[in-house]
Amino acid sequence: MSEYDVIIVGNGPAGLSAALYTSRANLRTLVIGKDQGALAKADRIENYFGLAEPISGCELVENTKIQAKNLGADLVTDEIFHISWNQDFTLEGREGSYRAKAVLLATGTSRKKADIEGLSRLEGHGVSYCAICDAFFYRGRKVAVLGNEEYAVHELAQLLPVAGSAALLTDGKELKAKVPEGVQVITKKIRSVDGEEAVTGVTFADGERLPADGLFVALGSAGAVDLARKVGALTDGRSIQVDEAMATNVPGLFAAGDCTGGLLQISTAVGEGAKAAMSMIKYVRRDG
Amino acid sequence: MAVIKITEQNFEEEVLNADVPVLVDFWAVWCGPCQMQGPIVDELAEEVSGVKFGKLNVDENMSLAQRYRVASIPTLLVFKDGRIAASAVGLQSKDGLKRLLGI
Ligand SMILES: Cc1cc2nc3c(=O)[nH]c(=O)nc-3n(C[C@H](O)[C@H](O)[C@H](O)COP(=O)(O)OP(=O)(O)OC[C@H]3O[C@@H](n4cnc5c(N)ncnc54)[C@H](O)[C@@H]3O)c2cc1C
Repeated sequence: MSEYDVIIVGNGPAGLSAALYTSRANLRTLVIGKDQGALAKADRIENYFGLAEPISGCELVENTKIQAKNLGADLVTDEIFHISWNQDFTLEGREGSYRAKAVLLATGTSRKKADIEGLSRLEGHGVSYCAICDAFFYRGRKVAVLGNEEYAVHELAQLLPVAGSAALLTDGKELKAKVPEGVQVITKKIRSVDGEEAVTGVTFADGERLPADGLFVALGSAGAVDLARKVGALTDGRSIQVDEAMATNVPGLFAAGDCTGGLLQISTAVGEGAKAAMSMIKYVRRDG
Repeated sequence: MAVIKITEQNFEEEVLNADVPVLVDFWAVWCGPCQMQGPIVDELAEEVSGVKFGKLNVDENMSLAQRYRVASIPTLLVFKDGRIAASAVGLQSKDGLKRLLGI
């Protein structure tokens, strides 16, 4: 397992800005990103400091990646599915596991949301957002995972050893990951999650029903709020709660950029990244 | 006020028969967010009076978790006169707990 002082999840403006500071302060820094993020689709950035001519979002990010590498940061492409805390942090991704003294969540916002009848009403009563946290309650029972990418398969893997049976429901989306053998995959649209006091199953748009005791939501990739929930950071359901120093309630865990809400702009993301970096430097040094 | 360890043995006496509201934190050692909820409950317990605070380990007291349909942890239940008066699933801030208790 690779060990670092600081791991930054997210390689957008917030994450890379933080990496510039932590690597200049000689902290062993790793930046993990799964893709280009929000700026991949921004053709012309006109309102960021220092641009005599507009440049594209991609170019801005790629330039800063080179800058961070030149200052000593390591950059990898990976998608993080889980973070746990026990004095220091363990991160689990598609490609491997990582360990760090301090972690920055800078994963941007995700605009995905499942608007399925019954889903929010039954949260905590069969609807769960964390397989590793709640698998215990489904020993020998029927569960389903809602999702269509690697993250959903990761959640499935946590449930398979425990649950009696598990199905993957993509809610009409194309399946983009390899599913372990023996798992039933249903790609139909979902009409509702059923149950009065607890989940009893799922009804699809065509009226067919799948009985289930638990439904684990793992849509798209793990976003900031998903990761925060797993490690125990407070959120308001959409953004991560931080103080002025960009610290969350979990010791050593910080957050910056779009994932903390507020003005969703490059300049604020860069500023928050810098602030978070200062706090991480202090935290790692104090911690030895 | 000290936080009480709630078990199958003392649940009736400490929670159902209590003459003040009781906030029960359902938790487990393997649950990451529960490790963050614990200290928040401790802190609040120090600050407020007229409320009892308890922690219930679901590994050791599965029957109580089942009885109250707890299927995600942390789950926080407020009992008044032996009944659930309020509930929340997932990590709660101190303010969130206060709201739950109506204080
Ligand atoms: C089309 C468009 C145009 C825009 N134009 C402008 C503009 O002109 N000016 C301006 O100031 N702002 C603009 N914005 C807003 C700006 O892009 C964001 O405010 C900014 O990118 C936020 O930075 P961030 O670092 O917080 O998040 P992001 O830039 O979104 O970066 C997050 C990173 O996290 C990574 N990530 C997410 N989840 C995981 C995971 N589980 N594991 C590993 N990595 C993960 C992603 O790969 C991504 O690279 C625009 C946004 C869009 C969508």
